[in-house]
Amino acid sequence: MARIELDNLAHSYQTGAAQREYALHPFSHTWEDGQTYALLGPSGCGKTTLLNIMSGLVRPSEGTVRFNGLDVTALPTARRNIAQVFQFPVIYRTMTVFENLAFPLRCRGLAEQDIRTRVNEVADLLNLGSQLHRSALHLTADAKQLISLGRGLVRNDVAAILFDEPLTVIDPQLKFELRRKLKEANQRYCLTMIYVTHDQAEAMTLANKVMVMNHGRVVQVGTPQELFEQPQDSFVGYFIGSPAMNMLECRLSEDGIRIGNQQLRFTGHKQVAASEKTRFAFGVRPEYVTLSASANDGGLPVRLIDVKSVGAFRIVALDLDGQRLRAKIAADVPIPSGGVFVRFAEGRRLLYADDRLVGCD
Amino acid sequence: MALTTSNLTRHVDGVPHLDNVSCTLKRGGFHVVVGQTLSGKTSLLRALAGLDAPDAGSIALDGRDQHRVPVWKRNVSMVYQQFINYPHLSVYDNIAFPLRRRGMTAVEVDRKVRQAAHMVALAPLLERMPTALSGGQQQRMALARSLAKDDDLLLLDEPLVNLDYKLREQLRDEFLNLFAQRDHAIMVYATTEPNEALLFDANVLVMHQGRLLQSGPAQQVYANPANVDVARIFSDPPMNLMSGTLDAGEILINHAVRLPRPGHFNRLQNGNYTFGIHPCDLSLTSRGIGMRVDLAEINGSETYLHVSRDNADLVLHLAGVHGYNPGDHVETAINGSRLFAFAADGTLAAAPAP
Repeated sequence: MARIELDNLAHSYQTGAAQREYALHPFSHTWEDGQTYALLGPSGCGKTTLLNIMSGLVRPSEGTVRFNGLDVTALPTARRNIAQVFQFPVIYRTMTVFENLAFPLRCRGLAEQDIRTRVNEVADLLNLGSQLHRSALHLTADAKQLISLGRGLVRNDVAAILFDEPLTVIDPQLKFELRRKLKEANQRYCLTMIYVTHDQAEAMTLANKVMVMNHGRVVQVGTPQELFEQPQDSFVGYFIGSPAMNMLECRLSEDGIRIGNQQLRFTGHKQVAASEKTRFAFGVRPEYVTLSASANDGGLPVRLIDVKSVGAFRIVALDLDGQRLRAKIAADVPIPSGGVFVRFAEGRRLLYADDRLVGCD
Repeated sequence: MALTTSNLTRHVDGVPHLDNVSCTLKRGGFHVVVGQTLSGKTSLLRALAGLDAPDAGSIALDGRDQHRVPVWKRNVSMVYQQFINYPHLSVYDNIAFPLRRRGMTAVEVDRKVRQAAHMVALAPLLERMPTALSGGQQQRMALARSLAKDDDLLLLDEPLVNLDYKLREQLRDEFLNLFAQRDHAIMVYATTEPNEALLFDANVLVMHQGRLLQSGPAQQVYANPANVDVARIFSDPPMNLMSGTLDAGEILINHAVRLPRPGHFNRLQNGNYTFGIHPCDLSLTSRGIGMRVDLAEINGSETYLHVSRDNADLVLHLAGVHGYNPGDHVETAINGSRLFAFAADGTLAAAPAP
């Protein structure tokens, strides 16, 4: 497997225009060898453009793509040594399951004994062992996609495996099994996998690291926990997690920040180069908001609007000086009636300037 | 005033799609049909709409039998999973279409279209063509068309299932406000997700293999599932179920785990039971039951930790995002005071206090 470097990469679908509009704004990033990555973002964010640049279907307008140090920017897909798994199954209907899985290896002239060993290993991992000698023709859509996945995993000489939303057509019950198997495959073989999806549950469950994109820009690359706990961009705070992170307009003050007329002690930000136009926001996840009946220890007064229970926890809607705030409270924790005050967990209070994280307290 | 069904039954190729379904759906109520794929949700909605005739049983609206009333006279509208609209008509004309067919005056049509578009936040987009709308906007347009018709019966068949999760979150909130304003109509919403029913605080109908297993207020069904099937279906992740025995002093689960007999089991006879516990009532501890992690599923802001040991599987619901890898060792604690007990025939024998 390979380390994939993207060096000052950018792409525009418009050619020749003086003012080009980027589908992918300039950025650099290195995909480390043996890691599972997810490329996550809403439709139109540029993730498919980036995937196509890595697979060689699109030649970037700027920058370089290197596989293990080798410049492949101008190489076509066939010469890049990558495996791809698409949204819909791509299989050879006239072959058996075994022949389908063996095909990429036979094309490379591997010894029959090695092919057998490798195919059996992958079939075992995907629970396809009992079906190896069946024709692929009459399999269910799920089983066909399983074979597509297997063909992606069967070669151990590829630079990387690129997945384009491969579990979209899969039945929800089987999805769980496949997520587990992909995760095990990665642990066992140390594959470099790049997994494109718009589904945050898929990305967060499968990947060691997630690259979040929005409007053609990479807004953050981090572990699922980092994205949840320290969103570098307010979009990540909104897009990751449910309900979204609370974002309250605020101003900087003497020893902290002001939200409406309420003062909150906050010391976690360094000197922020701010102009009059800078928009500040205080961010806190609903999980890190607690409620009490007293104003002690810097509790801020709020108005309780609504409580909704989903069994395991309740979502409490609150009004803090005209701004809406949500708290997630476990089912066994009482919610005060009458005067309610909120507190935000230490280390979980975040400050944003023009949508970028500038401090944590 | 209500819609009632009595012993509604429909078989297709010998398979029961509806099996003796009797229910009462009150006006002004929000009714959520919860069940897995192929449980009979869509069959029930189609029967209520008059699209499929039942083999047996009847449907009555405010006491009047509906059997001979043709679909087009039934005052019913339906919103589907797929966004159904007229691609050659603007948003405005899409919403206006059924109203014009009913012969409303242009002034009346205009008032109703604008009102419905306002309710679903599409007012600024009335002149657009459907192809220029996002998936969420298209589904809102379909909803606006149904709302404008102002029918007695509004049927929604998994309307959010094809949208991405942020849009689902947003539309779910909007639905609550929309439906709170319609006190004369009967709204029936089908979904596979129990959390939607809980969030809507709706009257719930739990379906399985064409049968109606239980109905009642969502919180009540969650706290007192009538049997093991309801316990599994009406909990996300599904309730953990384990076989075991109860004796004078303790509970023995899977021949391996011993717990003191909790107070709410006092009135139960000793013997064999299926014990159940919601995933949120299991926790990680330093000294508990050693188990192997199969997968940490991260869903929104929750981690569903799938663990196993000797062929016994459990799911834990942990708040927040946690990184565990398959094969990791964890120690699990079962909160005995939160256990459910189901008798040998699967019916609920004892439940913890809500």
